[in-house]
Amino acid sequence: MTVPRGEVFGFLGPNGAGKTTSVKLLLGLSAPTSGSGSVLGAPLGDVAARRRVGYLPELFRYQGWMTAREVLGLHCELARLPRADWGREIGDALRLVGLAERADDRTQTFSKGMQQRLGLGVALLGRPELVILDEPTSALDPVGRQDVRRLLAELRDRGTTVFLNSHLLTEVERVCDRVAVVDRGRVVAQLSMAELTADRGVGIRVTGPADASEGIDGRYGRVRREGEWLYADGIADADVPALVAALVARGGEIHAVIPTRQTLEERFLSLLGAAPDSGGPDAGRPDAGEPGAGSPPAGGATG
Amino acid sequence: MSSFGSILIVARLTLREAIRRRLLWALVGLTVLIVALTWWAFSRIAEVSPVRGSIQELGVSQVLVMLAFMFSFVLAMTAVFAASPAIGPDIENGLLLAVLARPIRRIDVLLGRWLGLASVLVAYALVAGYLELGAVVVATGYLPTDPILAPPYLAAESLVLLTLALVFSTRISSVAGGAIAVVGYGLAWMAGFAGGIGEAFHSDVLRTAGTIGRIVLPSNVLWQGAAAALTPSADVLGGGGLASPELYKFSPFSGVSPSIEWLAWCAIWIVGALAVGAWLLRTREL
Repeated sequence: MTVPRGEVFGFLGPNGAGKTTSVKLLLGLSAPTSGSGSVLGAPLGDVAARRRVGYLPELFRYQGWMTAREVLGLHCELARLPRADWGREIGDALRLVGLAERADDRTQTFSKGMQQRLGLGVALLGRPELVILDEPTSALDPVGRQDVRRLLAELRDRGTTVFLNSHLLTEVERVCDRVAVVDRGRVVAQLSMAELTADRGVGIRVTGPADASEGIDGRYGRVRREGEWLYADGIADADVPALVAALVARGGEIHAVIPTRQTLEERFLSLLGAAPDSGGPDAGRPDAGEPGAGSPPAGGATG
Repeated sequence: MSSFGSILIVARLTLREAIRRRLLWALVGLTVLIVALTWWAFSRIAEVSPVRGSIQELGVSQVLVMLAFMFSFVLAMTAVFAASPAIGPDIENGLLLAVLARPIRRIDVLLGRWLGLASVLVAYALVAGYLELGAVVVATGYLPTDPILAPPYLAAESLVLLTLALVFSTRISSVAGGAIAVVGYGLAWMAGFAGGIGEAFHSDVLRTAGTIGRIVLPSNVLWQGAAAALTPSADVLGGGGLASPELYKFSPFSGVSPSIEWLAWCAIWIVGALAVGAWLLRTREL
């Protein structure tokens, strides 16, 4: 498995698949029993390479007797940042994660979400080349999650590589350029978001004569009918007007034409050999424009 | 930055924690209290004693050794209670995950923790030890054989126990590690006592038991050194009615100045134990 530089890389897998273990191997927190790997061109566990890496652990705690500012100061020191930069780095981190007003409070008074925000600030100190985030939004409220998405977008714009380990598939779907799926310690798939969404199609809500869609197949991809909705999976974009025209010509009344695509969750479950809640892995769903953000229309295949 | 720089970062962090968690202030407060009580108690002994001269000095010397033993016990417990939770809980609650993801090695964390705690402990042992001795001298005018050496021996004894508890904390829970260290301290003291009796009565079995105990956990070697440093002079012993210093070694308050070889073994033991601790921590799953 390779994580390209400058990308936001999602690392997915069921519980116990080995995601956190993989992260610990990358950081030298665990020793591999076999195999090899490298981080930023250095062997796994290389102490010097860790100067260029930021890390937010999944389960962690900071020194409760320290303030948020002191924790960040300690990590500036541990990360070997020049002392002259500490003030700016700490200020930037506090602002970035929304903790500027609680900077001088002891971390033992922080909620889990605030601890997670502080952890993110710690991980971003010194503008690391690689940021490894293990479940960064698990304790955050919706506002906090949105902040993290914004933060990840900023990191990508900055050219920082982000290795995102998360159970929240919708989060991954929204922010990642590429994902890998791991199961029982093995990577079972690695694909870009473009590949993930390549199997696109359209969903057309059509009423009128029952036979309006009969005989429409082959040239329009895999066509199937579910209630008032007709799905054409894998249809070329250029063929969509022709399909609509054909339906109209047969007396069909078109109410909606919506792009569909397979969700990350559906792909994830199919890769792990588990059946999705409804529909098949290629069931698709109407896409409301923003990848992963749309909700299916009434009668949508995936509900 | 060198590995020593990493050790210093962790040592400073440990010192800040000791100050912030009020460990240092508690020790300072206790020292003031104990020194004041020592001065008061020895003043009273000197005042109410029905005897004077060497016999009184002999009595004062024995109370002083007993006081030193209690102080060594307090130091040993402080070392164990401070070191037992120094590593394990930081692993269990994920605190070390964030630290070790930085350019710092596990051995640096262990040595930094040791250095920070050792600094607090040694400073406490020396300051409190000398102040207590000073209080006794002021209250009674009595001076043992070698008062300067006693506090360093007690400080070194506490370092042995600090090291033992810290090594345990790399692998086992704070409670279990602390309990084992305390029991080890007690057994080492008993083995040393048995060895002393073996020396006095020329019993090879007891002598061997004492030697084995001192090899396994050399805390008693250093206690013996402190006790020897507080031994009354031959004049006091003679004046106190004892035939000779030879007989004094039968007393439970007597001690034996450790040889250079035993002192070297104490240093080797601490270094070796830290090496074992480093290996245990390096091979532990985080």
